[in-house]
Amino acid sequence: MTLYDLVFGPFAEFGFMRRALVGCMALALGGGPVGTLLVLRRMSLMGDALSHAVLPGAALGFIFGGLSLPAMSTGGAAAGLAVALLSGLVTRLTPLREDASFAAFYLISLALGVLLVSTHGSNLDLLHLLFGSILSVNDTALILIGVVATITLLTLAAIWRPLVVECFDPGFLRAVDGRGGLVHTIFLALVVLNLVAGFQALGTLMAVGLMMLPAAAARFWVRELCTLSAASSALGFASGFLGLLLSYHLDLPSGPSIVLVAGIAYVISVLVGPRASLRTLRLRRRWSPS
Amino acid sequence: MNGSPDRAVVLDNVTLAYDGNPAVRNLSGAFIRGSLTAIVGPNGSGKSTLMKGMAGLLRPAAGLIRSAGQVGGTIAYLPQHAEIERGFPISVLQTVLLGHWRRIGWTGGATRKLRERAQQALAAVGLEGFERRPVETLSAGQFQRVLFARLIAQDAGLILLDEPLAAVDWRTSEDLLRLIASWQQEGRTVAAVLHDLDQVRAYFPETLLLACEPVAWGPTRDVLMPRNLRRARRVAETWSGNAGHHWTDPESWATPALQRDHRVIENKSGPLWQDGVGSDRSVR
Ligand SMILES: Nc1ncnc2c1ncn2[C@@H]1O[C@H](COP(=O)(O)OP(=O)(O)O)[C@@H](O)[C@H]1O
Ligand SMILES: [Mg+2]
Repeated sequence: MTLYDLVFGPFAEFGFMRRALVGCMALALGGGPVGTLLVLRRMSLMGDALSHAVLPGAALGFIFGGLSLPAMSTGGAAAGLAVALLSGLVTRLTPLREDASFAAFYLISLALGVLLVSTHGSNLDLLHLLFGSILSVNDTALILIGVVATITLLTLAAIWRPLVVECFDPGFLRAVDGRGGLVHTIFLALVVLNLVAGFQALGTLMAVGLMMLPAAAARFWVRELCTLSAASSALGFASGFLGLLLSYHLDLPSGPSIVLVAGIAYVISVLVGPRASLRTLRLRRRWSPS
Repeated sequence: MNGSPDRAVVLDNVTLAYDGNPAVRNLSGAFIRGSLTAIVGPNGSGKSTLMKGMAGLLRPAAGLIRSAGQVGGTIAYLPQHAEIERGFPISVLQTVLLGHWRRIGWTGGATRKLRERAQQALAAVGLEGFERRPVETLSAGQFQRVLFARLIAQDAGLILLDEPLAAVDWRTSEDLLRLIASWQQEGRTVAAVLHDLDQVRAYFPETLLLACEPVAWGPTRDVLMPRNLRRARRVAETWSGNAGHHWTDPESWATPALQRDHRVIENKSGPLWQDGVGSDRSVR
């Protein structure tokens, strides 16, 4: 078996691997900038919360429509958006902070989701929902992922500036532009859409990994906002590629494999990245007079 | 009231409150167009609240605020505790360009002319050549200068500054005070919350002395009379409990910390406010 067979063989041979790869690429395209903004807005855990929130909707879709992508995606998107809007409402109307209200709603949502799946489906279905399966990335799924990536990039292009300013200086945005809250809501909707797009291949719990880990890792390599987004997209795609190979050769579930590869990239970045990683901090300490 | 073009902000028996608790009560008066007014008062006397009200970020519980924003003018507002993410990857020039928000909005591009204006603004605050620096690498004083450059770029008719000199070094505060004074010369209306009464006397022709209710408003020399300052303090004491009873001399507002400060020069003509520094004047 040559290296070529090892690395490209699976994609050359099997249509489902090619589709999964293209899916990962499209996911990484939208996930890069969205994840970068999540990290910069200190909302990394919010992304995680939203990914849990998607579950009961997807489960409901599954119960009524079986393993049908449109049903599960619609349900997941509806549940995710509902949690985003409801916790936004609670944050605005009560003294509860956004992270707390998010946590409350996603816990309710997750419990509901697990309950629904465990009473109406087999354990296999639950595993499938939670961790995804590349086999299920069919043409419909690819189209969905492509549409979401397109919507994400176009929307980001339209709201990029207020989004960035709301993150850098929210008070300024409030003073010069009354639509800051709208921007925040649109952004949360984009996060939900990307999670829904990812859950076929990665599962509801893992989809957020392809968004957050590359974005967190990129912080250790580049500084500028646009390069950050591009670097996270590239890292996300590389993780997808390697993770799929891993999952194919070792017969592992695709979602966790991809996210683990992204996680390894993150750990390496923390250790040796050129910007504020542990390595550079140690170097600096050695130089500083003591 | 739109028929009075000489007034930038008109306050008509304004009360501003949080959850029904008034922070500013029964304030009437006007900021004349082109005036330069200092707003002073003890800690918790409603200065920031008034600024928020004038910036349109807080709706009066009673009364009416008519400011430039509502009659077609523009307002630039620098809050006291700007919730700015200093580690955000954005450059100095990009930050100043945000001042052009009204012209570029969500998606517009910064034209060469706008870039040049932003560069001129940076030059005016003494930060020529800093354009490409990430803001996270700036000192507190340099960063405040960047925010002032952004204010210049905003090119507003009414400029509201809430303790703009609180965290900056002496050099920077002198430079920024001169800049504020130059804005008045350009015909802008400026209101600034300040704590150093010497700075107020040196740079601000008008002063509003606030202690929840207005104590005095007019020419700085008249407003900053010991009689008024005492009254402001008395009113302040009624809402801050036992605060202030450490001072036996009713005129002594000066904090030991400030007196030790190198910028406090010998014959101080009047008392200083204490705010925060000694923490024995905590509100509520
Ligand atoms: N966001 C808020 N919510 C409730 N009360 C507030 C808020 N901000 C200020 N206050 C209260 O309003 C009063 C005036 O505050 P402020 O305008 O900040 O005073 P100053 O700026 O003069 O120090 C204080 O008693 C303060 O506790
Ligand atoms: Mg204040």
